[in-house]
Amino acid sequence: MDPTDIARWQFAITTVYHFLFVPITIGLSAIIAGYEFTWLRTGDERWLRLTKFFGKLFLINFAIGVVTGIVQEFQFGMNWSDYSRFVGDVFGAPLAIEGLLAFFLESTFLGLWIFGWDRLPAKLHAACIALVHVGTLFSAYFILAANSWMQHPVGYAFNARTGRAEMNDFAAVLFNKVQLVTFPHVVLSAYMTGAAFVVGIALWHLRRARTDADRTLYRPAVRTGAWIMLVAALGVFVSGDLQGKIMTEVQPMKMAAAEGLYKTEKPAAFSVFQLGSLDGSHETFSVKIPGLLSFLATGSPSGEVKGIDDLRATYEKTYGADPGAAYYSPGDYTPVIPLTYWTFRLMMGLGFAGAAVGAWVLWATRRGRTPQGRAVLGAALAVPFLPLFANSFGWIFTEMGRQPWAVFGLMTTEHSVSPGLTTAEAWTSLLTLTAVYGVLAVVEIRLMLTWIAKGAEELPTPADPGLSPDDRPLAFAY
Amino acid sequence: MELTTVWFVLIAVLWIGYFTLEGFDFGVGLLLPFLARDDAERRVMINTIGPVWDGNEVWLLVAGGATFAAFPEWYATLFSGFYLPLLLILVALIVRGLAFEYRAKRPEASWKANWDRAIIIGSLVPSVLWGVAFANILRGVPIDRHLEYVGGFFNLLNPYALLGGLTTLALFVTHGALFIALKTDGEIRHRARRLAVPAVAVTAVLAVAFLGWTQQQTGTAASALTFVLAALALVGAGFTAHLGREGWAFLGTFVTIALAVAGLFLALFPDVMPSTLAGGASLTTTNAAATAYTLKIMTVTAVVFTPLVLAYQGWTYWVFRQRIATHHIPQAPVPATAAR
Ligand code: HDD
Ligand code: HEM
Ligand code: HEM
Repeated sequence: MDPTDIARWQFAITTVYHFLFVPITIGLSAIIAGYEFTWLRTGDERWLRLTKFFGKLFLINFAIGVVTGIVQEFQFGMNWSDYSRFVGDVFGAPLAIEGLLAFFLESTFLGLWIFGWDRLPAKLHAACIALVHVGTLFSAYFILAANSWMQHPVGYAFNARTGRAEMNDFAAVLFNKVQLVTFPHVVLSAYMTGAAFVVGIALWHLRRARTDADRTLYRPAVRTGAWIMLVAALGVFVSGDLQGKIMTEVQPMKMAAAEGLYKTEKPAAFSVFQLGSLDGSHETFSVKIPGLLSFLATGSPSGEVKGIDDLRATYEKTYGADPGAAYYSPGDYTPVIPLTYWTFRLMMGLGFAGAAVGAWVLWATRRGRTPQGRAVLGAALAVPFLPLFANSFGWIFTEMGRQPWAVFGLMTTEHSVSPGLTTAEAWTSLLTLTAVYGVLAVVEIRLMLTWIAKGAEELPTPADPGLSPDDRPLAFAY
Repeated sequence: MELTTVWFVLIAVLWIGYFTLEGFDFGVGLLLPFLARDDAERRVMINTIGPVWDGNEVWLLVAGGATFAAFPEWYATLFSGFYLPLLLILVALIVRGLAFEYRAKRPEASWKANWDRAIIIGSLVPSVLWGVAFANILRGVPIDRHLEYVGGFFNLLNPYALLGGLTTLALFVTHGALFIALKTDGEIRHRARRLAVPAVAVTAVLAVAFLGWTQQQTGTAASALTFVLAALALVGAGFTAHLGREGWAFLGTFVTIALAVAGLFLALFPDVMPSTLAGGASLTTTNAAATAYTLKIMTVTAVVFTPLVLAYQGWTYWVFRQRIATHHIPQAPVPATAAR
């Protein structure tokens, strides 16, 4: 493999890994803030126990989210220096602002929340975790604005003298039409994922519960979680539908690739399942829903959807000629079709499956019922992973569907890589990070399972009131 | 002042923030095996930085992001050029960050010992390598006329850079020792105080050698003055440490680090990455910079939000101003039953 391929593998591995923890951080911080405020409002200690229980799991997850994020920020410069030179003027700003607005907020107020249980007034303490959540939203907004610019560059001009894209309209970058649909889609899918995490764990404990106290503790967590999941899922589907239309507009090839659609069709059918060669030469078996693709892509059941062959010809005409020829090689503008085809379906399919399990959980726990049996166990084990992996497939689809471009229409991935990067360096970095991430995965999962199994603890007895506040043990310590 | 100069100053400020703050975090990690005798004492040390280390690390992330935005060429050349050292720093920061969070989450001694090792090594590697990296930036590295670093890895390991690495290491150890003296009570505090004075002495020797060498290579009148003030602050730190005035002594190393970093940036200006290659090109505040438009946007953002960040970070230190001793550490955070 040449350094470009190795760097791509590294980017894909580290980013997908980072994004396993991100949606849980975003979703769970909101839910925990909800628990803590509910406890303050009702005085019902069950919510406090849930706050602390899921708070611990949150911290285990957050820690990996943070350390893997640092890699993300460094590797643009390390592996993709030509990309960084080319886009820095546009792309750097949201990244820097993300740090200033989001990361400081998240990390500082999380520190206050973790260690502040006996140091801060109750309302202020709850506000800290809420601010952490606000930080995650800022973080998501700015990094997604940067990513949306790569999908659909706006608000810039190409400067031939400096040989780079230069920003001339920051508002256009921040309110890119791709960004306006991507942000809701990603944040809502994070809420769905965070809620699914809670549902799975609480359901498992509910099924095992032997006492009424335990049942009344976990039941509300299951039911509120399942509701959040369903509402978020609805939002994910709606925003995803909007995204499909914008995507067809700005990157028609991605839509065609998502469908393995070679010939332009009008109306176009949505392929649910397709066997045989995806090169379009022959299908051995396929299930299609007439008109659905037209509807997804254009909003009308009879709209025209361009096929790969036509698009390739168009792209070759558009991008085959100069201005920035230094930044792309006229060549094959088709992404890897089987990959885009299947990741798109897996994203939607796992999302729908997750939502279905969520609905079933709501039904099965209706009016005080506590379902038993293997179905519950299966649901508890499956539900956290369905939306989580839907997220991963969504990103793989979005990013691979953009290939061969790093910045759509401006710069190919091939030209983005650091020119000085040697194969040896690239391998060292890829293997080191993959090995470290692999070990961390094992450690994290085992730790997570240990603390999940432990369940929500009883509240500690209050500290000896005879001790002065300065002598009391810390409510929390590393 | 030109916007490019403003951003050169702001980048310097971000690095000052990073080294003054994470500097003592590293110091605490480095001193873990020397100041603590048992698990409770190690936990005291770790908990002095518990609430703040992550916020301190964000100064690095913002310094990196701001360099990307304000000087894209600098970011590209530096990060792709110093590839292997940065990779090592990344791995160190990964294991160190996780160690704080995970160490207390299982009761087994071996689990804790492993994470302790992660904290120590994870603090050692960046403490040395940041010094090596900055020294190399000041000394100049081979950069060709396409602004690409062409020096390889071993080029970065020269005597001047290694001295830089030892200097940051010593500074951070001293800074950490004074932080521990300031933030703990009991035996650890006394050990930290006893260690601080000789640590200042060693640091002073290294720092004078390194800063003097720098001054002789690329210094200006302004950097000379700043280096002298840094040295005075360090002497002040040693003196007050000797008197047992921990707060003043800590302030002393804080100011030393701030002034030393400021002096390095003064000695660097107007270059950001000078080239040593004949026919190569140096990166400067002008040829590495983003457009005026981007810099303006960034300036507005920085002016509005930096004071806010400083306010709430400062407030965090106020909230957790209390000294910690072993009797503050809650017993067994992990009941044995939780461990499998
Ligand atoms: C949609 C949201 C999202 C996306 C697409 C990304 N991240 Fe992320 N990132 C977060 C949402 C987030 C977060 C929710 O804010 C995290 C996750 C865990 C955490 O601690 O904060 C975070 C942490 C995090 C950190 C550590 C912050 C700290 O120390 O507190 C860095 C440096 C980055 N990220 C950088 C990146 C970069 C350069 C990305 C692009 C390749 C990226 N992230 C993708
Ligand atoms: C966190 C969610 C994200 C995931 C899971 C993700 C995943 C991926 C994947 C799978 C690729 C394709 C790798 C390949 O070509 O083989 C890729 C490419 C890329 N993505 Fe993303 N991405 C995410 C977010 C972002 C964001 C937010 C940015 C920018 C701010 C970004 C920048 C890039 C770049 C520069 C490439 C081109 C390099 C390459 O092809 O590997 N990505 N990403
Ligand atoms: C009806 C269901 C869905 C539809 C129609 C849909 C549609 C889309 C489309 C069109 C994209 C690509 C956007 C682009 O590249 O421009 C996308 C990306 C993505 N999807 Fe979905 N999606 C659905 C369900 C889900 C679910 C259930 C999740 C996760 C829980 C999810 C998570 C993501 C993520 C993380 C991305 C990548 C980031 C982005 O570009 O937004 N999606 N989705």
